[in-house]
Amino acid sequence: MRLVLPNPGLDLRIYNHEDLERLEKEQAGDRLKWDNKAQYILTCVGFCIGIGNVWRFPYLCQSHGGGAFLIPYLILLMLEGMPLLLMEFAIGQRLRKGSVGVWRAINPYLTGIGVASMLVSFLVGLYYNTLIAWIMWYFFNSFQDPLPWSQCPLNDNGTGFVPECQQSSTVDYYFYRVTLNSSASISDSGGIHWPIVVSLLTAWTVICICYIRGISTSGKVLYVTAILPYIVLAIFLIRGLTLKGALSGIKFLFTPDVAELIKPTTWMDAGAQVFYAFGLAWGGLISFSSYNPVHNNCMQDAVILSAITGFTSIYAATVTYSIIGFRATEKYDNCISENIMTLLNAFDLPEDNITTNNYEAAFNHLNSSYPGIVLGLDIKTCDLQKLLSEGVEGTGLAFIVFTEAITKMPGSPAWSVLFFIMLLCLGISTLFGNIEGVVVPLRDLNMFPKKWPQEALTGTTCVIAFIISLLFALHSGLYWVTLFDSFAGSIPLLAIGFFEMIAVVYIYGIDRFNEDLEFMIGHKPSIFWQVSWRFISPLIVLVILVFYLVTQAQEELTYLVWDPNSEEFPALASVPYPSWINAVIFLLAGIPSLAMPVYALYRLVFVCCRKKSNPGKN
Amino acid sequence: MLGKIFFLLCLSSTLAEQRCTPDASDGYKVRLSIRTALGDQAYDWNENELFLFRATLAFAMRNHINRQEFDVSNIIVCDETPRVSFWFVVTTPLNTSNLVDKENVEEAIRKSRKRINSAFLLTDKTLEFLGIPPTLAAPVNPNTPPWLIVFGVVMGAVGAGIIVLLVSSVFQKKRKTAEETVDEDIEEETRVKTVENGTANEGVYNMTFSEDERFTQM
Repeated sequence: MRLVLPNPGLDLRIYNHEDLERLEKEQAGDRLKWDNKAQYILTCVGFCIGIGNVWRFPYLCQSHGGGAFLIPYLILLMLEGMPLLLMEFAIGQRLRKGSVGVWRAINPYLTGIGVASMLVSFLVGLYYNTLIAWIMWYFFNSFQDPLPWSQCPLNDNGTGFVPECQQSSTVDYYFYRVTLNSSASISDSGGIHWPIVVSLLTAWTVICICYIRGISTSGKVLYVTAILPYIVLAIFLIRGLTLKGALSGIKFLFTPDVAELIKPTTWMDAGAQVFYAFGLAWGGLISFSSYNPVHNNCMQDAVILSAITGFTSIYAATVTYSIIGFRATEKYDNCISENIMTLLNAFDLPEDNITTNNYEAAFNHLNSSYPGIVLGLDIKTCDLQKLLSEGVEGTGLAFIVFTEAITKMPGSPAWSVLFFIMLLCLGISTLFGNIEGVVVPLRDLNMFPKKWPQEALTGTTCVIAFIISLLFALHSGLYWVTLFDSFAGSIPLLAIGFFEMIAVVYIYGIDRFNEDLEFMIGHKPSIFWQVSWRFISPLIVLVILVFYLVTQAQEELTYLVWDPNSEEFPALASVPYPSWINAVIFLLAGIPSLAMPVYALYRLVFVCCRKKSNPGKN
Repeated sequence: MLGKIFFLLCLSSTLAEQRCTPDASDGYKVRLSIRTALGDQAYDWNENELFLFRATLAFAMRNHINRQEFDVSNIIVCDETPRVSFWFVVTTPLNTSNLVDKENVEEAIRKSRKRINSAFLLTDKTLEFLGIPPTLAAPVNPNTPPWLIVFGVVMGAVGAGIIVLLVSSVFQKKRKTAEETVDEDIEEETRVKTVENGTANEGVYNMTFSEDERFTQM
């Protein structure tokens, strides 16, 4: 006894198996298709592996118990990520439509899911491309020696550095002042900062050109952008392991802390990370699968993709933490050397008296003999663990920690170019999936005139998106990006994912789905898939969604600002959001989530009105 | 006579040395960090090095105040420590009991700082004159910002891509019209044949219409 909601007319809206076979033989229809299987796999890999693998997963891994975090991550990868992935692949391959088309075919009332996916893809694409614009700016500026973020500008009379740079650091100053020119709060927009506009223009133009004919152009670009990051990561791994302190970073990352496994937040964060890492519920994967031949083995693809994503996350984390370990060790050594110099100068001892080896002993001896003098010297405590856990996620990792580490490596411009090219490739390949998830639904919803070619569709979308993303070129742009990151991409995706599973399992029907899979790949999915589709995955996603909603509703919303006048400068100050932000948050998170029920309601009203005006008809 | 001269000399030198004390108002403290700068190739600090220092400083004073001929004996050093730091004062060559004032000494050192540093193979950081901050090197600012060059390259590549796109789409259109005329001829022939064959092929199931449905009937 399967629970399936009544869904009349389903057979009229979708191809049946004979039609699919015939389509396959005749290659009819003007639908695009992949040049070869490798292109499809690379596109999916490129879409799933994004910048988040480099700057979000390592931080989560380290802060939630190091090596122990891999346990919830891998478990949830198998129970939550893989089933959802196979479901999206299979449904796209079976119904051969983009995300809006698929949900409309299952049941016209469910078109809202596709619309929600499209809105989320659009909002996320806006801020994601801004990140790419920043990366591009750094990439443009990497072709010089010395790197511009290794120097402070001088103040007016040339005797010292600009105070903002003096108090923080050269990399901080370059990111927050030179690149972004950030104001002190989100309400303070300032004007438009031209370097960002130029970078945004470049970013959107590059994306537009690469995706101009849909997957036929982007598929070829992906050969480069999906493979290059792995090569660069390998180069960085080899370079990183030869640097001093790399192993301490890797040890810090993987040291397991089993006590963290008991905390629910660890499992929640692991589940959320799996969900976002796979690019589920954006609609891009459904679109990509719909270009596949009907008998493509999507189950194999789902397993391969999950394995690749898991492996890449761990691989990128290792590389990241070897570099972080190097930087932390450098800073620690500098701290100790400075302290030694201070002590030598104060007590007029010859230089060889205190070295790094006997620093502790010498310090204690001096402290006990002359405590007053030592106190007055203001010796800093150097803590390697603290340095290892500094600011190592998100933009802070790429633009501050990594850039600083690169300035300390010999041959910095080359490493900088390599690093930012890798980030660019990671970002661009994810953005293709994003744009696919926006353009194809727009076409399916008939938002564009039918006779417009694919080029015009892509071009128009990119131009509109560029104009809207000028919001992020304001002086407060950084805070808008953080806002979008926190709210546009988190809750709506979880809601959409949950409804997707309910729709396929209980409205399309799990029996019909199993038959489709048997038709496509030759055998029915095993009991593991059945149980996870029906109970486990929806339950996990629902739990994470509720947990997120509850925690967000309880906390006061704050954000971090770069404010030279605050007391905690150079650390970022935590400031509460202004009250009008709640309206913006509702727009970002609420509208996509509510698109599903609202569309269903709208359609209900429309159908009722039509029935009333045509009472004679059926 | 000789004894008196000798006595006067000793007196003046001790008087001058009394002017060189730690925290002297017209003196500066110097600190050298030779081992930090040179590591294994560090030289030992001894009397000869001190002599070189005094000579270099005399050279700096000569450069600054042209008319007066400073000599090594005009640079008086005191309070040496094992850290390799000491105080010094500068006396005027004409009257060894007068000290050159602080500002002049500072100016002289600022002017010849690089030469003094290089005499000892040290840098501004490792040869410190406490109280005389070094003038910082201005950050390198090339004439054309390099990022503009890279930006130009990237946009040029994008522009080339656009041109390739336009050209290829024009070519495709030309090819399509050529093919269409050929196809039309073939179709005319087949149409004649199908009319002859009659109901043999009912036609292929045309799926295009099912794509267009926006609202299906409930």
